Amino acid sequence: MKIVRRAAGSAGLKVPALALVCAFAAVACGGNGAGDADGKPTIGIVALNLSNPFFGTLEKATENAAKEKGWKVMKAEAKTPGDSATQVTAIENMIANKVKAIVVTPASATALNGVLKRAEDQGILVLAVNAPLNPVSTADGTYATDNVAAGKLIGQWAKASAPADPRVAMLDFDLSDAPAADRHEGFLAGFGIAPSALAGSALTKGTEDTGQQEMENLLSAHSDINVVYTINEPTARGAHTAIKNKGLEGEVVLVSVDGACSGVQDVKDGVIGATAMQFPDKMGEKAVEAVAAFIADGTKPEGGVVDSGTELVTDHPVKGLASQTSEWGLEHCWGPK
Amino acid sequence: MTTRTARESEIATLETPLRARRDLRSLATHQVFGPLLALVVAVIVFSLTTTTFFNSGNLALIAQQSVVVGTLALGQTLIILTSGIDLANGAIMVLGSVVIGKMAVSNDPVLAAVVGLLVCVALGAVNGALVSWLKLPPFIVTLGVMSVVMAAARLFTDSQSYPITSDFLTVLNEGPTIGGVTVTYGVMLWIGLTAVLGFALTQTSWGVRVYAIGDNARAAELAGIKVRRVLLSVYVVAGLVYALAAWQALGRTPTADPSGYMNGNLDSITAVVIGGTSLLGGRGGVVGTLIGALIVTVLQNGLTQAGIDSLYQQVATGVLVIVAVGVDHLARRRQAR
Repeated sequence: MKIVRRAAGSAGLKVPALALVCAFAAVACGGNGAGDADGKPTIGIVALNLSNPFFGTLEKATENAAKEKGWKVMKAEAKTPGDSATQVTAIENMIANKVKAIVVTPASATALNGVLKRAEDQGILVLAVNAPLNPVSTADGTYATDNVAAGKLIGQWAKASAPADPRVAMLDFDLSDAPAADRHEGFLAGFGIAPSALAGSALTKGTEDTGQQEMENLLSAHSDINVVYTINEPTARGAHTAIKNKGLEGEVVLVSVDGACSGVQDVKDGVIGATAMQFPDKMGEKAVEAVAAFIADGTKPEGGVVDSGTELVTDHPVKGLASQTSEWGLEHCWGPK
Repeated sequence: MTTRTARESEIATLETPLRARRDLRSLATHQVFGPLLALVVAVIVFSLTTTTFFNSGNLALIAQQSVVVGTLALGQTLIILTSGIDLANGAIMVLGSVVIGKMAVSNDPVLAAVVGLLVCVALGAVNGALVSWLKLPPFIVTLGVMSVVMAAARLFTDSQSYPITSDFLTVLNEGPTIGGVTVTYGVMLWIGLTAVLGFALTQTSWGVRVYAIGDNARAAELAGIKVRRVLLSVYVVAGLVYALAAWQALGRTPTADPSGYMNGNLDSITAVVIGGTSLLGGRGGVVGTLIGALIVTVLQNGLTQAGIDSLYQQVATGVLVIVAVGVDHLARRRQAR
């Protein structure tokens, strides 16, 4: 008797619970159905943490280009650099929502391979922006900067601008991050210096405060450092504060990569000697063009990595190395001006 | 003798040995001795292994590098002493600093600083109210507040950073030069704040109550301590300390950056624990925390100067945290016997 009553009781609870689940499902399906009914395709944008304005620019450029075409946009963001788990969940949700295409800034070169394969199996176009996946063929198309080339450019400029006896230091970001490792390798190759010949190197978090702290530590050990590579412009600005505090302003050649407007302004103000400008907005726009072709008639991009370009920006050009001025840079830079 | 004075003397006899024991605990023997020993050993090791570590300039630099996290950790200590924890302190400090930075662009810097301070204190009060009145676990409350505040800082600034040009806002990076070494006002503020909080904790009835709540909140309540009010005051004072940390940060790195000091919460907890304050509450103190913050900076500075990969700095810090917790655990077991 007791058992029967208890069973009945739990069924009584289950029914409203089930109804609630059904209601949620209906709302979800309804939303989807409405999307199909008005004929607007939805695309998914999976970004890397937007606290970095580079990715903010990339995401906004992609979203704006998509909205101009009249598409709906589903967005998701990794919480921190390297947070693939959030990206996987987001892509699963996008597959469930039957998006037409997914534009992803991968947090890891390999962690998304499985879920992206599932997306492609469902007929969804997959495009990688900013960094290629491994293997590159995991995405239907890739729009990224050649970070090795960017590193090489500033390495060559630094070599040409350095004093006769260069003492080189590098302020990196975690080298398990592909763009960080590529820039690092590129700089070493461009400058023509072996890692063992460096005066010092340190890992930063790519922020101004960590750049300053590590530069202080390096200068404390080697006050003769006169060439400094930095992973990005906020790190460079922090390094400059350390150099200035040490009374070495004007004696250290400081180079960076990114081309944010604030960074180009620093080039103009003489804080940074040269930077390699990248074009996150172009990456996003090219990806949206590829999606448009796919939606129109099912055409897929050619595959492989399409380089969105790098420009050396400096007000002190050196022989044999093409560069743009900071004036030009301020017209073409990304992020808040 | 009236009844009243009889009661007073009774309380006095109860409190005097208690307070004397607190004095002993916080100032002498194992609480500060262990961390101090670790600091001295680290300094000796780096002085022997590098030629550049042990000089007045570098030691002053280490003090300057410690002030932001060190100040944050003072507020954290107060909360941990009540057997709470504050996961939101880094975020609150960052919000305070970006409020000041953005407001200072178009307003009087002093006004901006006052508003930033009020924001930090208000958020401390929110934490305190949720913990003391609603009796929610501090871990959960501050986890939630951290998330909200981090997002607020990014929304408020649109993920932009603001350069600080006001002398008033960066004054903590200035200071008199004694024997070729600059002792910044920031370092003085940090040490002064440690002294004030140390005095309040060991020499006032408020301090006795804070320790009593950390030891056993229920017993403290039964002993007539107004636990809610004291808890709220602790979180409000901590908020005020975070505001000072924000000021410290603007002095050290003259930019208000919403993505700076990303690990402020964990770094401050690390300093507190290495400084010998028990995560279970009721024992420890701010002097230990000051030493703990110095230990972390010494490791980072020394290992960079020794040319050792900065990942080993994380290893060393992690080992120290475990050792510190282990020592605390053993001490508690011995006491329980």
